[in-house]
Order: sequence, then structure tokens, then C-alpha cells
Amino acid sequence: METFVLNTLHMVVALTLPPLLLGVIGKTKALFAGRVGPPLLQPYWDLIKLFQKGSVFSTTTTWVFKAGPVVALVTGVLALLLVPLGNAHGPVSFTGDLILLAYLFGLSRFFTASAAMDTGSPFEGMGAAREVTYACLAEPAFFLGLLVLAKLSGSLDLAGMLGSHVADNWPKQGASLALVVLSWFIVLLVENCRVPFDDPNTHLELTMIHEVMVLDHSGPAFGMILYGAALKLFAFAALIVHLAVPLATGNPFLDWPVFITGTLAVAVVIGVVESTMARLPLPYIPILLAAACLLSAFGIILLVR
Amino acid sequence: MSNQLVVVGLFACAVSGVPGLFFSRHRCTGQWIAVIIAVTGCVLGLIGIGAFWCGHDGPEIGLPQPIPPFPGAQSWVGIDGLSALFLAPIFLIALLGNVYGLTYWKQSEHPTNGRKVGLFFGLMPAGMALLVIARNSLIFLVGWEVMALSAFFLVTTEEHDQEVRETGLLYLVATHFSTLCLFALFGLLFTWSGSFDLETMGEDKAGPKEVNALYVLALLGFGLKAGLMPLHIWLPSAHAMAPSHVSAMMSGVLIKIGIYGFVRVSSLLPAPPQEWGVIILALGGISGVLGVAYAIGQHDIKRLLAYHSIENIGIIVMGVGLAVLGRSLGRPDWIVLGLCGGLLHVWNHALFKSLLFFSAGSVIHATHTREIDHLGGLAKTMPQTALCFLIGAVAICGLPPLNGFVSEFLIYLGLFRTLSPSEGLSFARVSSAVPALALIGSLALACFVKVFSAVFLGSPRSHHAAHAHESKMTMVGPMFALAGCCFVIGLLPTLVSPVLMKAAQAWAPELAESDMRLDSFAPLGWISVMGLVLLGAILLAAMLLWNRLRHRRVETQPTWGCGYAAPTARMQYTASSFAQMLVSLFAWVLRPRRQAPEALSLFPQPSSFRSETPDVVVEEGIMPTFRFGAWLFSWIRIIQQGNMQLRLLYIFLTLFFLLLWRGRP
Repeated sequence: METFVLNTLHMVVALTLPPLLLGVIGKTKALFAGRVGPPLLQPYWDLIKLFQKGSVFSTTTTWVFKAGPVVALVTGVLALLLVPLGNAHGPVSFTGDLILLAYLFGLSRFFTASAAMDTGSPFEGMGAAREVTYACLAEPAFFLGLLVLAKLSGSLDLAGMLGSHVADNWPKQGASLALVVLSWFIVLLVENCRVPFDDPNTHLELTMIHEVMVLDHSGPAFGMILYGAALKLFAFAALIVHLAVPLATGNPFLDWPVFITGTLAVAVVIGVVESTMARLPLPYIPILLAAACLLSAFGIILLVR
Repeated sequence: MSNQLVVVGLFACAVSGVPGLFFSRHRCTGQWIAVIIAVTGCVLGLIGIGAFWCGHDGPEIGLPQPIPPFPGAQSWVGIDGLSALFLAPIFLIALLGNVYGLTYWKQSEHPTNGRKVGLFFGLMPAGMALLVIARNSLIFLVGWEVMALSAFFLVTTEEHDQEVRETGLLYLVATHFSTLCLFALFGLLFTWSGSFDLETMGEDKAGPKEVNALYVLALLGFGLKAGLMPLHIWLPSAHAMAPSHVSAMMSGVLIKIGIYGFVRVSSLLPAPPQEWGVIILALGGISGVLGVAYAIGQHDIKRLLAYHSIENIGIIVMGVGLAVLGRSLGRPDWIVLGLCGGLLHVWNHALFKSLLFFSAGSVIHATHTREIDHLGGLAKTMPQTALCFLIGAVAICGLPPLNGFVSEFLIYLGLFRTLSPSEGLSFARVSSAVPALALIGSLALACFVKVFSAVFLGSPRSHHAAHAHESKMTMVGPMFALAGCCFVIGLLPTLVSPVLMKAAQAWAPELAESDMRLDSFAPLGWISVMGLVLLGAILLAAMLLWNRLRHRRVETQPTWGCGYAAPTARMQYTASSFAQMLVSLFAWVLRPRRQAPEALSLFPQPSSFRSETPDVVVEEGIMPTFRFGAWLFSWIRIIQQGNMQLRLLYIFLTLFFLLLWRGRP
């Protein structure tokens, strides 16, 4: 019974909270710019509005174009089945679920990039090429981080890796954990196309990554993409919160509020980064990503005794 | 029962092309007869393997008495778990390839070489099946040579083309180098064990020194056949030049025979020093990363797929390396996960790579070009081929819910398990394979997004592509069969786990005693559940989208071109531009060549741009070495003059010196 309640709570939070993160990022950026900014709940209204609309499809496209948004949404939902939130396991937890998590995002990338290429537009092709190229460097960084956590916890599922072991290991192996947090934050920024890798607010198609890939999507399909992207951001934020705020008292009434505050804090940090940094020139991006790999690799080296 | 069926099946395959030689070269009668015989043979073989898996394995077929010149060569052929696992793809892909060839390489359209293809396309799988079930090294070598030589004649099918002849020569040199290594390998085995039988050698017969020598020879000989980087020199061009069903057979099955040979020989030897496991793992990682990096730089769809074979061989070898390491350190969990992952990847690669080569062949059949950048928009004209290629692409990238994910998942799990402390091995040496595997996966994804979208999506870039048509059922049917297999293994991996365990037990007999199961190490049930949930959710979301759009206004408009009024198909992002960033990231090893136009005057003339990624090992390693060798040996020609008297003198001198050297009593 208790598991059922916790699983329900998990899914409710996982499906409703993500757009709020986008709202918080927007508010933070507005604060820095001295504007009032859109209301916190604006992303929800945007999604509802998009789901009410009709659509325009390009004459060049095939069914692959529609498969992109569908797969992006579904993989986001499935990923949040695996990621532990609050103090509980995810509803689904098994040995090696971390590999499935990474490969689900891979599946999403495959179809989003293919959908972009389906339009035949050179701009969307550029975006797709950048997306898959940067992922090639982000993926090893993510797995190196997983290696550190697996070594520390001796466990091969996300619940074990991100559970109480983290709190025990901060005093002993804090340096490794801190390096992983930093590396994964960079991975979060690139996987979710935030500054300094990509500027979601730019208006020049030539310089975008994710935004230009979805240029031709409209209506409900576009809504699916936006929602899927929010789910992905939330999943990464949850991973980082578990590492950075390792508070697990076992009491759901304490752990859940702490966790939710933590994810919102991650959103604030993203907003701060976006407000205080300019985006990098494209040739510098691989260098920063290589640095993310190296950070995690140093995390492993610190564990070699 | 199972042995006899398999032997009859392979014999039927071997002779399938013979009747065709007596029929007209302009009619398809002979081809039909060949296909019917070969398909019957393959089905018999598959039934035999099925019977073996169900526990009806018969006694080994052998001679009542040893033949004097071959001491100990008593049993000839027999099936165990390992042979059965490798036999299955041989017969399956041969069956589908024969059906596919009916349309793809129709006798009436290829009167000059159709009968040759028919003959050798039967002999090649027969040779492979023979060597896989061989129980002594002589039979093994017979099967090996039949396979290698038929492959040579298949690669040089279009021998009127200069490039094809050069490819054939390179292949012939490479394959004979590997045969040479095998002669040495089996010669040493015979010397140390005293028998040609492929039997387990105890530590009393093979100490560390012997094991090291045999491992070096096995890695060279079998690694060359498998196409392990940097021994892959023959592979890309051979796969590109052969007809597509031959490429499917070569890439899907033939190069796995190299893996089989290595796995078989390593099963006979005692556990090697642990360095070997690390070396094999590292070779696998290098092969994987560099294979896919080269693939990204290719413009020819079949060459690209060939480089992906090198990558996948790398993944398989990583699994095998983990198993070897597990054996040295006495870790059964590493053996089970590494070997089962690697061997499952053997199957998976046979399925999806054949599927991809069949689909590529279907595209080439319809458009008459292999250049990726001349294609485009084929998903509209060839929807079934596009769907099959997409399934193959998702599978080869190791994405759920298809079969590639399952085998990579097993290897990942095995590699992650090396983190737990074990004696005398620092985990950092092995665990660096994990990010390498992740890098391979994401590079493969980038590469297949590139091929799939450049060939099938967007709008056609040339009139060949614009006037394409869907292939006939005989070509599409085998493709759908393979795609179905990809789904079955991806969604129900528990079906194959007993087969894999049987093979693993044949490799490491100590596993049989402890009655271990793959399920106890890997959550195969969860993979099924999550795969089905994923498929169901995608279906549900698609229906949701369709339902939303049904009552709304849906228009079709041209693609948004940022206001540019006259876009053309040539302005689309090409495969080369898509890959450009990754190629330049790997430029330090790929050494891409490019000729970029320069604006020299105020009014530039029309100019052109070209880029290519040649194989560094061939261009800068093998060819200069051979040129140097040719120059060196040209000095020997001074004494080689064709004069009979001089030759007699040479013989006399040789004998004289030999007598001086060893002639004393």
C-alpha cells in the first residue's frame, strides 16, 4: 500500500512538476535582466495552448517527422519511471537501469534528429548535426560519472547509487562526488541545450541547436517536444539533486519537500548561469565537453588506491 | 540426429550451384534449382541445430580407425553449444541471401557471372559450416580454405572492373596471411598435444610460454579474418565491391568465423595470464571507436556499413576479452556476462548488418548508385525498404527495444562488475572500457542518423533517386524476416539465454558444474517488460497525436526556409556536412583529405569541393611497406635469370652448404 502511494506520488510529481522548472529559469533570468518576466506557470499555459492548436506539416516530410515528437515524449516519461525522486525508488528499478536510462535518451536523440533531417531544411540539418556531435562527448562524461557512483556504492541500479550511500560517502570521498556533480551539471546544460552550449532565446537560426531542429514542428506535436524536453531536464536535475543534497531521512514528509526545493534550486542555478554567461563559440564547445569528461575521470582516479 | 542433419544440409549447400552450370546462362532455371537446393539444405541445417538445442544431440561422426598419417584424428565433426550458436546465423543468412539473390542478382540480367555467384554462394556457407563443426584441425583448415577462396571469387564477381581486381588481390593476400598463421597455430598445437583433435589442453602440456605463443598466433590469424583494427585492411573495400547479398553474408557471418576460431582455440587452452584479457579488451575498444570514426567519414553506403562491421567486431571482442579476463582471475560472473554478451552480439550483428546490407542493396538496385550524397527522399518511393533500414539502424545503435541493446547491456553489466574488488587487478584498467563503449554507441547513432536521413529523408538529390521504385517481394521479404528477428531478440531475450549458456558452458566447462544461469546476473525479464512498455507507450502517444489532429486544421506547406524564395534539393544538408564536425574532431587519426575551392580573383571561376577519408592503415602502413618490399626484392632478380645451368649451380651450392652445416654424422 505504502509503495503504491509513493509510486503514485512519484509519477504525479514527475509528470506535473517539470514545466515549472522552465518557469523558474525564466523568472530567474528576468530578475537578472531587471524585468518582471512571464508568470511562473507560463510554460503550462503554453503547453495547453499548443495542444489546442492545429498543425502545419511540410510537404517534404514523412511519418518519421511525426515519430520524432512521439518518441521524445515517451522516452521522457519512461526515463522518469527509472529515476528516483524524493526518498523513494523509481517505480521501476533493476540492475543496470542506468544503462537503459542513457539509451532511452539516445533513442529520443535518434528520432528527434531524424525528424529534423526529414524536413530537408539546411538549418535543421545543422541543428541535428550539432546535437548528435555534442552528445558523442557528453555520453562518455555521463558514463564516467556513473562509474564513480557504482564504485562508491557497490551497486548497479540508480536507487542504490543515489540512495543513502551518497550521504555516507560525502565525508570520505567528497572530492570525487563534487567532481561528478560538476561534470554532470555540464552534461545537463548540453543535453538540455542551455547556455553556454545553446541559447534557447536566440533568434538567428544559424546559431541554434535544439530550437532550430524543431523549427517546422507546430501544434500538439510541438507541445509534445516541449513537454518531453521539460521531462528530460527534470530527470537530469533529479540526478544532480540526489548527489548534491544527499539528505535521506526516510521520512517522506521531510524528504519530498527537500527534493522539490532542490530541483527548483537547480533551475535557479541554470537561470543564473544563463544570465551571467554568454554562449560559447561553437568550436569551443567540444573543449568544454572534453573538460566534463576529464572531471569525471579525475573522480575515478581519486578512487584508485 | 542433429549431426547428420547439419552435415546433409551443408553438403546440399555445397553442391547447390553445380546443376546450374549445365543450364543456359541467359535463363533463370539454373538459379532457381540452385536456390531450391540451398534453401532445403539450410532448412535441414536449422532443423538439426534446433534438434541439438532440444537435447537430441547425436554421437560425433568419425572414422572407426585413425588414418596413419593423422595420428589421433579420430572424430571428424560434432556439434557442441559453441558450434550450434555459430551455425545458426550461417544457415539463416544463407537461406535469406539465396532468396534475396533471386531478384538482386538475376541470372538473366547477369549472364556472365550469375552462375559463378550461384556456385560460390553455396560453397561459402558450406565451408563455414564445416569448419564450425570440425572436431580436428585438418577438417577445420579444409573448411577455412573453402570459405576463404569462395569469398575471393564472390568479391571479384565483377572482375572486369580494375578496382574490383585490386580489392580481390588485397583480400587474397590478407586471407592467406591469416591461413599461414593458422598453419603455424595448429602445427604448434599438434606438436604440444600430439594430436590433431581439437581437445582441451591441460597446463602440463601448455605452460605460460606456449599459451602466449598460441594467443599471439590466434589473435593474428583470426583477428585478420574478423577485421579487428588494425588488421582490417581487406575488409572495407571487399564489402563494398561484392554484390549486396554477398556483402551481407560476409559482414554478417564470414567475419564472425574469425571470432569463432578465437573463441574455440581459447577454449582449448588453459587460462592465460591476465594481461591477455586486458590486451584483448583494449584491442576491442580501439577497433570499436576507430571503426565507427572511419564509418562517419565515408561517402559510399556499403563502405560505411563495412566500417561498422569493424566497430561491432570491436564490441564482440570486448565481451570476449572480459570473459578471458574472468577466466584468468576465476570470476564466473565476468565469463557469463562477457561471453554471453559477446556471443549474443554475434547473432545480433548477423541479423541487423545483413538487414542493413539487404536494404542498401535494395537502394542500389533501384538507384544504381552507392554515393550517399546522390540519394535522398527514398522513404516516399521505397517505404518498406526505408522502414527496414530504420529498424536495422536503431538496432545497430544499440537502442532499446531492439536486439542490439540487449547484447550491449550484458557487456556493460559485465564491465561495471569489474569495479568490485578482485585480486591483482586494478579496476581502472578495465573500467575505462565503459566510457569507450558509450562513445562507440553515440558515434554509431550520429553515423546512422546521417545515413538514414541522407538516403531516405528530405527530397531527392539526383534524378536516380527521384525515379526509384520499391523492390520486389523476394527482396523485401527476407528484410522483414530479419527485422522480425531483431524485435524478437530485443523483446524476449529470455528465449536465447539457454542457447547462450550452452555456448558459454562449452567454452568454460567449469560453468556447467555450478549450474549458473544468465538470468541470475542480468535482469532479462525487466528488459522485456521495459521494451514492451516502450513500444506500447509509443503506440499510445501516436494515437494521442493522431486523435488531437483529427479534429483540427492540418495544412501542408513547404519547409520553412527562413524566407528564401527558391530553395532547391541540393541546398539540403548533405551527409558529408552532417559528419564534418565529427570528422574534424577525429582528424588526428582519420587524416581526411579535402580540396576546398579558393577565391583567387574578384570574379571567381566555377570551382569544386571534394573530401575523402581514406584508410590510414592501408594508405600509410601497408602500401608503403609493400612498395619497399617490392623494391628490396627487385635486387634478388639479379640472380634470377632463367638460365638452366645457373640454376643447377644454385642447387649444387645450396646442397653443398647444407652438407657442410649439418652433414657431419
